[in-house]
Amino acid sequence: MIKALTLFLAFQLVGETAARALQLPVPGPVLGMALLLAVLLARGRLKPDAAPVPDWLGETADGMLKHLSLLFVPASVGLVQHIDRLEREWVAIGLALVVSTVAAIAVGAFTFVAVARLTDHRATGDELKGGGGS
Amino acid sequence: MAAPADIWVYLSETPLFWLTMTLIAYGIGHWCFERSGASPIVNPVAIAAALLIALLLVTGTDYQTYFDGAQFVHFMLGPATVALALPLIRNLPRVRAALIPMLAALIAGSVTAVGSAVAVAYAIGVGPVTLLSLAPKSVTSPIAMGIAEAIGGLPSLTASMVVVTGIVGAVCVTPLLNGLGLRDWRARGFAVGIAAHGLGTARAFQVNQIAGVFAAIAMGLNGMVTALLVPLLTLLLPG
Repeated sequence: MIKALTLFLAFQLVGETAARALQLPVPGPVLGMALLLAVLLARGRLKPDAAPVPDWLGETADGMLKHLSLLFVPASVGLVQHIDRLEREWVAIGLALVVSTVAAIAVGAFTFVAVARLTDHRATGDELKGGGGS
Repeated sequence: MAAPADIWVYLSETPLFWLTMTLIAYGIGHWCFERSGASPIVNPVAIAAALLIALLLVTGTDYQTYFDGAQFVHFMLGPATVALALPLIRNLPRVRAALIPMLAALIAGSVTAVGSAVAVAYAIGVGPVTLLSLAPKSVTSPIAMGIAEAIGGLPSLTASMVVVTGIVGAVCVTPLLNGLGLRDWRARGFAVGIAAHGLGTARAFQVNQIAGVFAAIAMGLNGMVTALLVPLLTLLLPG
């Protein structure tokens, strides 16, 4: 776990540094993620027999991502700074947020499925979908 | 023995207290979520945030003091973002095969998210600052706040709207898409990543890894699309 965490932090560090140095508009951690992806892809090319993801790395990543929600709590509490404005305009803001979020999810998912129906026949669609369910 | 008031003065100023409270509040939220039989309506982040906001208001603590403690949790968002590379590489063939549907859904979803939010708020009538702060609310906070600043919104108000949007998306996505009969995990994840950024992605990972991977990709791509789209849209706004 320490090994994996060190690796994630190191890639974030490289990502943050590169983003600053090259003045890229991409957030540092996203760049770090892209770099890690590139390194893992290169490793896959060099060692085609090895598993695509080492166990020790995969397990830590899964553990962190399972509780990704926790990491959003501090930012969410930031709502407290805007209680006044939200109190005054909460109907309009609330309605706008709910309507637009529901609409974007529905439109996004429908578009994806409709276009995938046209393109999936080239690939083995059912296998790639990874099963349905609710 | 020290007076309770003195002890409180000490505790309320240490990072330890608010860090512990953050984890306890999330623990309570997660417990409620599990007790409900993993109901999507019982959102652990919403519960934890509500408990902590109540505690801050009752104790008269300002957000900065709270954040001094909670920043250790917040900090982990960086390495967690890097960790997204692993589920991504596991599912790379699936992602490669879905490039065209992703691109189409990205454009349609992004335009819908920004356009419908601004249209509804404008129709009901909100102030210009609120309207501009609302436009980028579907993307991850650092990007959304940067957009808000560039177009004359209020970045910290945008951050709050980003959070509410994320919670709304995480709560709605499962019942909504079940109701619409859309069962493709790729589409479900991708849609919630467009509409509800990291909180939607966190929810997607809770349900299904493929959904999580597609949500993470959508979140990243929508950050870029919205950064281009919102400034264009503000040119069209009257006044």
